[in-house]
Amino acid sequence: MNLTLKIWRQKNASDKGKMVDYKVSDISPDMSFLEMLDVLNEQLVNNDEEPVAFDHDCREGICGMCSLYINGEAHGPDRGVTTCQLHMRMFKDGDTITIEPFRATAFPVVKDLIVDRGAFDRIQHAGGFISVNTSGNTIDANAIPVNKHDADKAFEAATCIGCGACVASCKNSSAMLFVGAKVSQFALLPQGKIEATDRVLNMVKQMDEEGFGNCTNTGACEVECPKGISLENIARMNSEYLKASLKG
Amino acid sequence: MSGILNSSIGRKFAMALSALFLMIFLLQHFAINLLSVFSADTFNQVSHYMGTFWVIQYVMQPVLIFGVIFHFVMGFVLEIKNKKARTVSYAKNNGAANSSWMSRNMIYSGLAILAFICLHFYDFWLPEINTKYIQGDMSGLLANGEFRYFEELQHKFVDIWRVALYCIAFVFLALHLLHGFSSAFQSAGANNKYTKGLKGFGKAYAIIIPLGFIFIALFHHFNH
Repeated sequence: MNLTLKIWRQKNASDKGKMVDYKVSDISPDMSFLEMLDVLNEQLVNNDEEPVAFDHDCREGICGMCSLYINGEAHGPDRGVTTCQLHMRMFKDGDTITIEPFRATAFPVVKDLIVDRGAFDRIQHAGGFISVNTSGNTIDANAIPVNKHDADKAFEAATCIGCGACVASCKNSSAMLFVGAKVSQFALLPQGKIEATDRVLNMVKQMDEEGFGNCTNTGACEVECPKGISLENIARMNSEYLKASLKG
Repeated sequence: MSGILNSSIGRKFAMALSALFLMIFLLQHFAINLLSVFSADTFNQVSHYMGTFWVIQYVMQPVLIFGVIFHFVMGFVLEIKNKKARTVSYAKNNGAANSSWMSRNMIYSGLAILAFICLHFYDFWLPEINTKYIQGDMSGLLANGEFRYFEELQHKFVDIWRVALYCIAFVFLALHLLHGFSSAFQSAGANNKYTKGLKGFGKAYAIIIPLGFIFIALFHHFNH
C-alpha cells in the first residue's frame, strides 16, 4: 500500500505546530498502525529528519499508552481496539490518513503526537483507590461475598485502561467516562463502599479542576472506547455524586 | 450540599431537572392547545381559567419563566466551559461516526427554540400581559361579550409566514427533544433496566408533541 500521511508536528509544548505531509510506500496490510509509523520514522531518520514522536508501550492493547486521533476518530476507524491493535488493512492503497494528537486543554501536547495525560493520574490520586490495612491483618478479598452481577459490572468498569480516547472523542473533552469507570469499579464492591462518599466528591473535584468539559451524553466516548466502557458508569457516578453531595 | 452547582455533575443535574420540568409544561401546553381543535368553548374556558387563577398566574408562571431562563443560561454557561476544554480543534473530526447530529448540536437547536420563544412571547404572552395587567381587563371577553382566546389564536395563524416559522421551530424542538429526553435521565443518574423503555418513550414524546403543535398551527391556518 502507498499512503499519504498528514501528521501533526510540534517541536515542544510552546511551539505552535502544523500539519506536515509525508508519503510512505510498500506498507503491508498486516502491519499495525504503529508499525507503519515505525516505517515512516526509519525513512525520516535515513533522510536526517526528525522522527515523529508518538506514545506506545505494550503494543498489545493493554497499557493504554498509545493514543492518536486518526482520520477524525480516537484510535482510528476500527472499534474496540487501541491504535497499536489497529491494522493497516482498515485502509486502502492511495488513502490519505490524517494523524493528530488527542486534543484537550487538560491534555497538553508535549511533542508531535505525544500528549501529557497526567491529569488522569491526578484524578486517580484524589480517590481512585481503597485503603487497605497491610499490617498483617489484611482480609482476603475472596472472603468477602460479592453479588455476581455487581462483581461483573465492577470488573467491566475496571477494564478501563485510561488511554484518554473518551476525552479525545468527546466534543466537550469530558473525562466523565474515565472517572465514571474508576468510581464504579469501587462503588459496586463492598470494599469500596466505606470511602465511597469522599472518593466520588474528591475525584469529581479534581476532574473539574483539571479543565475537562461537561458531559452532554452524546455517547461518542462509549463508541470510541477501546474497552467498551458503558455510559452506565457515568450515570452511576452522577448518582453516587448526588448522594454524596446530600450526605457531605 | 454546598457548592453543588459549581461542580460539572451538579450543573448537569440542574440542567436535567429544568429540562424535565419544561417537558412536563410542554405536555400541559400541548393538551390545552389541542382543545382548540375540538371545541372552541372548552378552549376558551380552560384558557380563561389558566389566565386568571392566581396560583397559575402568580406562582406557576414565575416558576416557569425562571425554569426557561435557567435552562438557557445554564446551557450557555456549559457551552462556554466546554469550548474552553478544547482550544485547539482537530484538523479532521468525524463526529458522525460515533454520535447523533442531535446530540452534537443541542446548542443550535436550543438557540432556534430561544428565537421561537421570543416570537411566541411577542405573539401571545406580551399582548396577554398588556390586556390583563396594564389595561386591567381581566374579563377575557371581546366587545361582543364572547371569550377572546380562541378568536385571538385563530387570528395569529392567518399569516402563512408565521405558521411556517412556527412549524420550523417545532422541527428544531423535535431535534432538541430527541436527544434531550433520554439525556436528562442519564444526567440525573438513571441508567438501568428501564432506560431502553424510557428512550423509546422519549423518542415518541419528541416526535408526537412537536408534530401535534404543527398540526394545531396548520389546522387553525386552514380553518380560520
